[in-house]
Amino acid sequence: MSTSTTSGTDSDSGSAAGADGAAYDARFRVWRGDVEGGDLKDFTVRVNEGEVVLDIIHRLQATQAPDLAVRWNCKAGKCGSCSAEINGRPRLMCMTRMSVFERDDVITVTPLRAFPVVRDLVTDVGFNYTKAREVPAFVPPKDLGPGEYRMMQEDVDRSQEFRKCIECFLCQDTCHVVRDHEENKTAFAGPRFLMRVAELDMHPLDAAASTGLDRKATAQEEHGLGFCNITKCCTEVCPEGIRITDNALIPLKERAVDRKYDPLVWLGNKIRRRPT
Amino acid sequence: MSQVERQQWDVVVVGAGGAGLRAAIEAREQGARTAVICKSLFGKAHTVMAEGGIAASMGNVNSGDNWQVHFRDTLRGGKFLNQWRMAELHAREAPDRVWELETWGALFDRTKDGRISQRNFGGHEYPRLAHVGDRTGLELIRTLQQKIVALQQEDEREFGDHEARLKVFQECTVTRVLKDGEQVSGAFCYERESGRFFVIEAPSVVLATGGIGKSFKVTSNSWEYTGDGHALALLAGAPLLNMEFVQFHPTGMVWPPSVKGILVTESVRGDGGVLRNSEGKRFMFDYIPDVFKEKYAESEQEGDRWYEDPDNNRRPPELLPRDEVARAINSEVKAGRGSPHGGVFLDVSTRMPAEVIRRRLPSMYHQFKELADVDITAEAMEVGPTCHYVMGGIAVESDTAAARGVPGLFAAGEVAGGMHGSNRLGGNSLSDLLVFGRRAGLHAARYAGEQDAAPVVDEAQVDAAAAEALRPFSAEGPEAGATPENPYTLHQELQQTMNDLVGIIRREGEMAEALDKLADLRLRARRAGVEGHRQFNPGWHLALDLRNMLLVSECVARAALERTESRGGHTREDHPGMDRDWRRLNLLCQLADPTGGSAVTDPARGQIDLTRVTTDPIRPDLLALFDKEELVKYLAEEELYE
Amino acid sequence: MATGTEPHLKKGTAPGGVRHGTRAAITAAHLRTDRWWLQPAATAAGLFAFVVYSTWRAFANADYYEAPYVSPFYSPCIADNCEPMKNGPNWEIFGSWWGLSPALLILIFPLGFRLTCYYYRKAYYRGFWASPPACAVAEPHAKYTGETRFPLILQNIHRYFFYAAVPVAGILTYDTVLSFRNEDYEWGHMGLGTLVFLVNITLIWAYTLSCHSCRHIVGGKLKHFSKHPVRYRMWRWVGWLNGRHMLLAWASLISVAVADFYVYLIASGAFDDPTLF
Repeated sequence: MSTSTTSGTDSDSGSAAGADGAAYDARFRVWRGDVEGGDLKDFTVRVNEGEVVLDIIHRLQATQAPDLAVRWNCKAGKCGSCSAEINGRPRLMCMTRMSVFERDDVITVTPLRAFPVVRDLVTDVGFNYTKAREVPAFVPPKDLGPGEYRMMQEDVDRSQEFRKCIECFLCQDTCHVVRDHEENKTAFAGPRFLMRVAELDMHPLDAAASTGLDRKATAQEEHGLGFCNITKCCTEVCPEGIRITDNALIPLKERAVDRKYDPLVWLGNKIRRRPT
Repeated sequence: MSQVERQQWDVVVVGAGGAGLRAAIEAREQGARTAVICKSLFGKAHTVMAEGGIAASMGNVNSGDNWQVHFRDTLRGGKFLNQWRMAELHAREAPDRVWELETWGALFDRTKDGRISQRNFGGHEYPRLAHVGDRTGLELIRTLQQKIVALQQEDEREFGDHEARLKVFQECTVTRVLKDGEQVSGAFCYERESGRFFVIEAPSVVLATGGIGKSFKVTSNSWEYTGDGHALALLAGAPLLNMEFVQFHPTGMVWPPSVKGILVTESVRGDGGVLRNSEGKRFMFDYIPDVFKEKYAESEQEGDRWYEDPDNNRRPPELLPRDEVARAINSEVKAGRGSPHGGVFLDVSTRMPAEVIRRRLPSMYHQFKELADVDITAEAMEVGPTCHYVMGGIAVESDTAAARGVPGLFAAGEVAGGMHGSNRLGGNSLSDLLVFGRRAGLHAARYAGEQDAAPVVDEAQVDAAAAEALRPFSAEGPEAGATPENPYTLHQELQQTMNDLVGIIRREGEMAEALDKLADLRLRARRAGVEGHRQFNPGWHLALDLRNMLLVSECVARAALERTESRGGHTREDHPGMDRDWRRLNLLCQLADPTGGSAVTDPARGQIDLTRVTTDPIRPDLLALFDKEELVKYLAEEELYE
Repeated sequence: MATGTEPHLKKGTAPGGVRHGTRAAITAAHLRTDRWWLQPAATAAGLFAFVVYSTWRAFANADYYEAPYVSPFYSPCIADNCEPMKNGPNWEIFGSWWGLSPALLILIFPLGFRLTCYYYRKAYYRGFWASPPACAVAEPHAKYTGETRFPLILQNIHRYFFYAAVPVAGILTYDTVLSFRNEDYEWGHMGLGTLVFLVNITLIWAYTLSCHSCRHIVGGKLKHFSKHPVRYRMWRWVGWLNGRHMLLAWASLISVAVADFYVYLIASGAFDDPTLF
């Protein structure tokens, strides 16, 4: 890499912080590379008071590594673009304040390790878009036109919690079912999209049943609900604080039990089916 | 060079925010094969940042509401500069656009009888904003995204291919709209991931790229807001309308630097928050303009009583319109009475018990706690004005969203101008996206269907676009051996220039200075060089975006210099009053030298030609919605006689 | 073209985890710098201690009754070889052929309830099976099928253990009522043991009712809460408890062991139950 840092080598935006005397130099290790290979590279970089990890990555881009690839967008924890692993933990870079680290800590930043790497901190998150397509969409009720929908707040509360999801895919990244077992990716939708199934199954006006679609059963048969062993890492990493395991996955498992493991229901189905 | 991959589609939509996705859905439902191109991942658009809600006169909370009242509010908010036909269509169609979202799975907050709840907002006469807590934009994007997936699932069932008729090209950037003679023939794009070029041949192009906030240093906008659509339209020969109108929100965070510009919601002031300077003074009492003197409290005591007893007291001046508050904060800071980080103090901690603050302002409490390590129940926030929205944009036909003068080019959302006049009301942007996104998609599909033969993509244009995009890798110096410019540095200088010289308060001399600086930056931008290769290289991406930001910034500066009055989002210190004669005048920006491209223009003359045009008179039945006394304030003499 | 939303896996989907060929080339199984091992280690230690203690007590077949207290491990006592307890929960459902400790007959139910409990599953999958040991720490297993197959697919019968756990908790409540007697079976007395039993039964009920299956059954399975206001209220109430399920799981585990140990101390004569009145 050539040394072509030009005019304004120290183009820090937060120069006011320097005056506070709160600025210091931090040691970073950032993974750089692509699918062919790569390594953790060491950097020493200025940190000003009140900054987050994403600011430091931006400063690296502006001063030391202009081609450092990173995704980001809103910088306020609302879009879910800047997902990475910081000191081994899946987090949003824009919501990780530098003040949570000691000044002499070495801070390691790597791309998400459950997905194929594209370059530097950018990964191919296409897995998630594939899974999104596998979940059958909301089915509007046939007898209601636009403007005729009536839903009570208590009936939409549950699904609304799940719709807070910003699709940062940290839950998909941390879930050991696919993180540690690439081969499970075909059969397992991951927490985010099982939560989507739960959201639709709890939607007060979803008419999937009228089309013969039983989301309770397909959650297990098509989307791999059984792979989940409710170890709650998805809930731990969720930046929106959605209680994915307790409010979506476990209720979905219980709904699947209603369909598949309740002996009374099973017996009833057997008897009813026999004459046909 | 001409080995660039080509694909044929009917409609190509640039941008995947609310307007782009709504346009794509409509075009696809009209039967057009539709491609969506977006710079970020699918579902990450800036629309997610919208908090308040979608304005639509459904009348669920107050049955007195209807489209006429909404229209009236919108025109008042825009100080009568709005394209009235757009405001009319917007007010009429917004309820249908919201209801339609429900049939796609959206879950709004509900009223007691199970309908969509609506909330009050500044400038809206009735509770009108459909909302989901403070994350309405996210709900909107997710719903549209999921509708697109639903359409793709249909195609998968019918054709065995999800992307047979609707495809999202995510993390791709369009650098040129291609033309076949006068009409659009497609778009030249690159994949951010690989750096590879490709061309989409299409008779219709819908621009839905959002705003321009990233040309300003302090902004609530995301990195994508580099004015791409504005620049693409200019380069394709379409005019931009009233670019001088930029909305600054009075209260954005100023500290820490990482969140500078992020919004602090208006409800903080509505619930009792007060603004103080470094001397501890509630300075807003010194900034009540004469026209508002009767409506606002004269003493702190009276202002404080208003929160409990609004009928017998006047409201505190912290609740003046956005532009007034923003200007006052600006003055205090310039007078040296600002907070340590260049804002003023917004304090609720001494006004309400901690418990009440946490209950009424949960997201603000969370935002400051998480991002600034500030406990707003114990200390004051530091706030200052932040660039929020551009009212100006591509000049379009009101009914069809077609860009003027370029057949096949359409625009919707923030990138289109005219709908909001000189100032946008909160909540009107999300409804704007839906109403005109749909119209753009509809007419783009119709237009594409009417073409007998596919337009021809000119090989030479593709080669020129490819050469332009590759220039940063072989950046030229003034003479051999000179080092190339760092695009990040250029960007920072541009932001500083626009912030300081064409910001919230504008003066003739400063804007002239800004134009000189922009000319200088434009020359230096020719030498913007990048390291590394084309695979996901943010330095390269920024170097390419600089062209767009420089074009748009020049439009803003030139139009702001030309308009010698203050109105809505345009404040001239040297022309402080609103001038009725300016009401009918729109300023159009066009490329000065459409043949020469952007970089080869003479620095003094600049790239932009400005023309004044007179708007059509407002239709009489719409004018009849207002009182005569009110119209007298806005309309020029001759208009009143007509 | 690689611009769509489909994944383009460059090297197929061969088995593998974080060191899979397509992933960022990092050799470390994890890069966590905090003490991530502490929680699973503490969980495993706590569960192991309980298993050791309860195995000893369940097989001991001694020192489980001293009027008016019966150890919760031995209640109800349903074999012929039970110690007679006046008015107590001993019913000779099993005949004299049963020679082992009567605790084994009844402990199956609370044990099964806890073994299939959603919280305990997390605890032992992480603590004992390292699947995963902690979040974003690679697990040591080459293959993983979760709860899709036998035997773990049996976890789905949790709700039947919940149904069984409710009467067991009912009987323990009965035991607590009986503890308001003195050693001569006279009513209206209370000892320190009564307090221990009261705390224990409160925690047992709280844990049992905070169960995820219970939450589903009382209301979670409904699509429209607005049509079932009573069940909705119950669901919210159970949901509140459910938010504290982990805490209640540990608290009730400890309290039941303490209650048993208290009975052991009295029955073995090591300690004399202080009478409060």
